[in-house]
Amino acid sequence: MPDSNKKLDTIKDFKSSDVKENTAIHVAPSPHIRDTKANTQKMMIDVLIALTPVVLVSVYLFRAYAVKQLLICLVSCLIAEYVFVRMRGRSMTLKDCSAGVTGIILALSLPGSAPWFVGVIASVVAMGIGKIIFGGLGMNIFNPAMVGRAFVMIAFAGLMSAGSYENITGLVDAVSGATPLSAMKFNNTSVEFSHLFFGNTNGSIGETSSAACIIGGLFLVFKKTASWQIPVSIVLTVLAIAGITDVAKAGSGLFIVHHLFSGALMFGAFFIATDPVTSPLTSKGKWIFGFGTGMLIMIIRLFSGYPEGVMFAVLMMNAVTPLINRWTNPQPMGEA
Amino acid sequence: MGLFRLKGFPGNGNFRHGIHPPDNKHLSNESKVEVMDIPKIITLPLLQHLGVPCKQLVKSGQMVKYGEIIGEGEAFISASLHSPVAGKVKKNTMVTLPNGMHLSAISIQTEGEQVSYKRLWDEIRSKDWPRDCISIYDPLTIVKVIHSSGVVGLGGAAFPTHVKVTPNDTRMIDTLMINGCECEPYLTCDYRLMKEAPRAIVAGALLTARAVSAREIVICVEDNKPDAIQKLKEATEQTVIKIAILKTKYPQGSEKQLIESVIGLEIPLGGLPSDVGVAMSNVGTMAIVGRAIIKESPLTHRVISVSGRGINQPKNLFVPIGISIDEVIKFCGGLTKDAARVVAGGPMMGFSFSDFSTPVTKGTSGITVLTHDEIKSDEETSCIRCGRCVDACPMNLVPTRLALAARYNNTSIASQYHIHACFECGCCSYVCPAKINLVQLIRTGKKLAAASQNL
Repeated sequence: MPDSNKKLDTIKDFKSSDVKENTAIHVAPSPHIRDTKANTQKMMIDVLIALTPVVLVSVYLFRAYAVKQLLICLVSCLIAEYVFVRMRGRSMTLKDCSAGVTGIILALSLPGSAPWFVGVIASVVAMGIGKIIFGGLGMNIFNPAMVGRAFVMIAFAGLMSAGSYENITGLVDAVSGATPLSAMKFNNTSVEFSHLFFGNTNGSIGETSSAACIIGGLFLVFKKTASWQIPVSIVLTVLAIAGITDVAKAGSGLFIVHHLFSGALMFGAFFIATDPVTSPLTSKGKWIFGFGTGMLIMIIRLFSGYPEGVMFAVLMMNAVTPLINRWTNPQPMGEA
Repeated sequence: MGLFRLKGFPGNGNFRHGIHPPDNKHLSNESKVEVMDIPKIITLPLLQHLGVPCKQLVKSGQMVKYGEIIGEGEAFISASLHSPVAGKVKKNTMVTLPNGMHLSAISIQTEGEQVSYKRLWDEIRSKDWPRDCISIYDPLTIVKVIHSSGVVGLGGAAFPTHVKVTPNDTRMIDTLMINGCECEPYLTCDYRLMKEAPRAIVAGALLTARAVSAREIVICVEDNKPDAIQKLKEATEQTVIKIAILKTKYPQGSEKQLIESVIGLEIPLGGLPSDVGVAMSNVGTMAIVGRAIIKESPLTHRVISVSGRGINQPKNLFVPIGISIDEVIKFCGGLTKDAARVVAGGPMMGFSFSDFSTPVTKGTSGITVLTHDEIKSDEETSCIRCGRCVDACPMNLVPTRLALAARYNNTSIASQYHIHACFECGCCSYVCPAKINLVQLIRTGKKLAAASQNL
C-alpha cells in the first residue's frame, strides 16, 4: 500500500503519480488472466504420475530387468533429445518433460529381456526420427515412443518377438514363456483372468497389468490430460469385435477377456493412443480415432502373423489423424 | 444441465463449450453502491460508443447546466452527450481511451449550483417506478427519447440503444432479452444494480418492450446471483416479465451464447439478434432507459465496479460519466503495492491501460486491478494439439488452427475456417496449456483476412 497510508485530502491536491507510485503497471491485450492449473510441463508430469502404478508393477514383476530397461530408455531419450535439439540450434526443451514421458513409455513397451542396445537404439530413433526431425514437441506426426519401438521390433525381431519373452524372474506365471496373447494365438492355451488383470504374466514390462494401466489411465482422464473418448472407443471396439468373434467360435468368453486385458491394450488405450500431439483435436475426431485404432488392433491380432497389434494400429491411425481433423472440422455456431 | 430444458423457455440454460474462470465476485459483491462526489473536472470524449462521433454543440467559455446537451448524435449510429455537472466549458483536450482511441473531448470545469448525485441515485433505487401505466407512452416517442437521451449499451460494447429499438418491418422483434449475466470475472456492477434498483430495470424493460413491440420480456441472470434473482422476482410480480436463471459459465453474457441458452436458436454467422427476433440489452441500459423516459433525465451517470486484488478497497460506485479514473481509484483507497495491470472492464475482454487520467465513459462497466501473481504466465511452448481450445470455444471454432493460419499469414485457411466468427472472448487463450496467445493471433488473422479480401 504505497499511498493509502499517506493521507490525500482533496481532489485538488491529487496527481496521477499518487496512485502509480511504486507500482509498475503493465499493459497487454486481453485476456488478462490465464488458467494457472495447466501448462505443457504440468500435463507431462501428470502423465509421469499416471505411469507410476505401471512402473511399480513392472519393477515388482521384472525386478532388475525392469529397472535396467527404464533407466536405459529414460537416460537415452533425455540425451538424445539434448543432442538433437542442440544440433538444430534450438533452445533447450528438456524441462517440458516430454522426453522423459517418451523414455518411460518406450521402456514400458519393451520386454525386460531385450538387451541394452535395443533400448538405446529405440530411444535414439524415437527422439530423432520420431520427434525432433519433425520440429520437436507438437510437430511430430507419429507417436515417438512407438516409432522407436517399431524400429527395433523390425530390426531386432528375434530379440523383440513374443518367442523371446522369457520367464526371467520366476514371479510371472508364464505359460511356456510366451505372452498370453501369443499363447492363445499359437498354442490355443489361456491364462486366468486374475493373472491378466494384476499382471503376473509375461510380456513387455509395462503392459502385463491391466489394473495398473487402468488406475493410471483413469487419473489421466480425470485430470483431463488424456481424453476419455479415445480409451473408451478403443476398448468398446475391441470388446465388440472380440465378442463377435467369440460368439462365432462359440467360445466361453475367455477369448474376450484375453483380448481386453492381455497384451498392450489397456496400456495402449490409455497411454499411447491418447498422446494429444498425434491424436485428433475434436471430440468426434477422437471417437473416430479410437474406433479405427480398435479395429486395426483386432485385425492385426486376428489375421496377421503378429500376436499383438497396438503399436502398428496406433501408428497407422497417427498417419490418418490430419485427415480426421479435416473431416471433423466443427461447424461454427450459426453456420446452418 | 445438458439434457434438461430451462423451465418456461425453449433453450436449456446452457450453451456449448465455454470456461469456468474463478469469478472473484466476492471481492466487491457485498459492497453497496456508493455515490461519488461531484468532480472538479469532467472530460467527455465525443465518441464513447460504436459508430460516428457526436457533433459538439458547446464552445469554450460557455456555461452549461446539469443534463444539458453538449454533443449531438446526428448520424443514425451515434449518440448524444449531456453534461453531468453544471459548469464552464474549457478548451477541448485530447484523451486516449483504454481501447486505444485517441480523440477530442469536451472538458467542463464544475461551477455554480449542482444537483445532488445522492438524490439521483436514490431516485434510481427507489420503489416508485411505474409498472402498469406504461401504455401511456407512445412507442415512437420512447425511441425518440432514447435517442435524444444519449442512451448506449452499458454492458461494454456501447452500441447506441435507439438503433436496436427502432422498429424495422423486415425484422420483427418477438422477445426482448435483458442481459444481467455479468459473466466477466470480478465485475459486480450489474449485480448490485439488479439487487438495489430492480424496479428501475423493470420499468425500463417494459418501456423498451413497448418500443420494439416485443411479446416476451426475459431477464437473464446466472445462477450465481440468487439475491439479484430474488429481488427481480419481487420487482416483476404481476408483470409479463420472465426471469431465466442460467448456468454460471463464461461467456454466458455474450449475445449469441445467451440466445442459444434461453431460446435455443443460433444467430446466423455475421447476423444480429434481430435475425432470430430478439432485441437484447443490458440491465444497466434498461435502468437508464427507464430514467430517460419517466424522469426525463439523460444518460449522465452509471454504476461501475472497481475491483481486483490490486485495489485497496473494492467498491461499486455511482459515478458521473467523464470523471477521471485517477479519482475513482483514489476513492477506492488507491492501488496496492503488487498491482500490476489496470483493466477497463473485466479481465477476459477488458482493455488494459496505464494513463489514469482517462475518463470513465458510457461503456466502462468497471475497473479491474490485477496483481503480479494473477497476470504472470508460464513460458509459451509449441502447440501440443490437446484440443482444449476446441473444447472451450463457444463459437465452435478450432482456435489453434486459426492462430496457426494467422501466424503464417495464411488468410485463405483463416477465412475457410471462419476466423470472422470469432468474437474474441478469450476462452482459448485462457485454457491453452502451451500458453499460446491464441485470441491475440486470431485478432491479427482477422485483420489480415479482411485486408486480403480488399485487395
